Amino acid sequence: MSGRLSFITFWRAVGFILIAAGAYAVFVRFTQGLGAAANINDDFPWGIWIGFDILCGVGLAAGGFTISAVVYIFNIERFRPIVRPAILTAFLGYVLVVVALLVDLGRPWSIWHAIVMWNPHSVMFEVAWCVMLYTTVLALEFSPLVLERLRWTRALKVVKFVMPVLVILGVILSTLHQSSLGSLFLIVPEKMSPLWYTPILPLTFYVSALMVGFAMVIFESFLSSRAFGKELEMDLLTQLARILALLLVVFAILRFQDLFERGALTELFPWGLASTLFAMEVGVGIFIPLILLAIPRLRQNPRWLYPAAAMVVAGFILHRLNVSTTAIEKATGISYVPSWTEASVTLAIVAAGFVIFSLAVRYLAVFPEGPLAGQPKAAR
Amino acid sequence: MLSGQSSRTWQKGSVVSKGKGLLIDTTLCVGCGACSEGCKEVNNLPGEVEEKLTAHTWTTLSEHGDEVYCRHLCMHCNEPSCASVCPVAALQKSPEGPVIYLEDRCIGCRYCMVACPFNIPKYEWDKLAPRVQKCIMCHHRLGDGEVTGCAEACPTGATQFGDRQELLHEAHRRLRENPGKYVDHIYGEHEVGGTGVLFLSDTNFATLGLPANLGFEPMPEKTWEALSQIPRVVGVGGSFLFGLWWIINRRMELAKPDGSDTATQGKDQP
Repeated sequence: MSGRLSFITFWRAVGFILIAAGAYAVFVRFTQGLGAAANINDDFPWGIWIGFDILCGVGLAAGGFTISAVVYIFNIERFRPIVRPAILTAFLGYVLVVVALLVDLGRPWSIWHAIVMWNPHSVMFEVAWCVMLYTTVLALEFSPLVLERLRWTRALKVVKFVMPVLVILGVILSTLHQSSLGSLFLIVPEKMSPLWYTPILPLTFYVSALMVGFAMVIFESFLSSRAFGKELEMDLLTQLARILALLLVVFAILRFQDLFERGALTELFPWGLASTLFAMEVGVGIFIPLILLAIPRLRQNPRWLYPAAAMVVAGFILHRLNVSTTAIEKATGISYVPSWTEASVTLAIVAAGFVIFSLAVRYLAVFPEGPLAGQPKAAR
Repeated sequence: MLSGQSSRTWQKGSVVSKGKGLLIDTTLCVGCGACSEGCKEVNNLPGEVEEKLTAHTWTTLSEHGDEVYCRHLCMHCNEPSCASVCPVAALQKSPEGPVIYLEDRCIGCRYCMVACPFNIPKYEWDKLAPRVQKCIMCHHRLGDGEVTGCAEACPTGATQFGDRQELLHEAHRRLRENPGKYVDHIYGEHEVGGTGVLFLSDTNFATLGLPANLGFEPMPEKTWEALSQIPRVVGVGGSFLFGLWWIINRRMELAKPDGSDTATQGKDQP
């Protein structure tokens, strides 16, 4: 028991430090300008605030639309226990993406302009609208947890009645903007290494989002088991692991068929930092977890399943950072390393995500009692 | 809805070949830098002329060996990437030719800077209300029938301002009447769908620092292929999902022996 307590205390301290550092960095950004807070400049206008906070943030939240579709549209009941944590993750993810965007935008007070000043030929315009609408949808999908607590039964009934419509809307909006995050880069083929630029970026971004959505649900079950002693049944986790393995195969085939077809793998040589990052991305993000998940004995064991899911998440993050930074560095010869203030904003946002998630788990019925392994494990 | 905006934001097939432009004949350039100075003056840009483009230096001159110079400035593309990617249409191709920036619309996402194939837009990184800054072909002066600051300042006629069509004719005339003098190509006639700024040179354009890997296809078309799928995703995807939900739901209701009421209630417990 004391082991679990010190685990929590340690991470609380880490979270506090990260959020304090991030707050300082945000102060610098809003008093001295973007250039003072981040290593972005005229040669490299988009850094990790776009590459991680936005591109990864939106992707990591993809579990919200996939799981809710599985439960509400396909009516597969056995996944119901994870629909709430998945929707919470997604809602939280999108809110934090918007927070990050307010830090990154040069004129954040004008963010509403996209609502009234249209340019339908801009991918960014489409992403802005989808994120705006989907965050609203997620707030409604999440609202039953709050309404239950407030005992507003009539509002609860209305939300539950429209739930299928919300879920279908969520799937369409997510399909559009998850793929469009890849489309953002279609217009700069000459500025990106062929290892990461491909005309099918919208498709690979969509599939990798589907994939990491399931990995996140598994990974969260691990975090929740460490922090709250609550985790999902192994049965359910194994099911998720099989879906994850299938999606990994689809992503790997897409990625490598495309690389072979375009003859892009020759770009790996002469071997350099970009090549190493590519190798890590596919090794840690695809092949090692795929092996672990493909062996039934391993995927049924949390000792192997949790690390495999974590690796998929890490590989996914590396892939999107590579698309948004490494690919451009390699093709243009410009080097970019985030400043410590820049990194601390990102880390603070991640820390805030964990803090809010654990508060929600404590005060709202995120993990329903029944189908969970549930009881705190005193033995640990 | 869109036809009213055809001259404002990018639209497939809306090549603006009319409008003003600049013809820069690098063989006439002596590297005096009067263009950069003139630009600073008419646009009220603070500070000295810098070596690279910045928020305060909208046109620069680069030297390439023996008395060979090349200007770098916004190319004022016929189908500009920057205007096509801007979510709020803060960058627009004006009917007069220049690609202009509307500060009051801008949200500061900097996608224009990422997307520009010539790396032209620059940012006020130290400001708290930063603007995207670049050459606007002296758009504010054109109404009065004046020429751009750079063309006005140029002592040799290396930079000439005029109707893009007429400048193209002039460029072709120079190529025709001086066989062997120039590289047989007008940079900007077809690059990325044509640009308002046209270059003539006796040196390979790539060595002058002009991107040689761009092709003739307008860049926004690459995005449009993906964006034009949206109605299909919404229509087909929406009806498919709704149909699927309806069928599955109906079957489950029918499968319940004690009627649809309890079935619905049971299902609604998340």
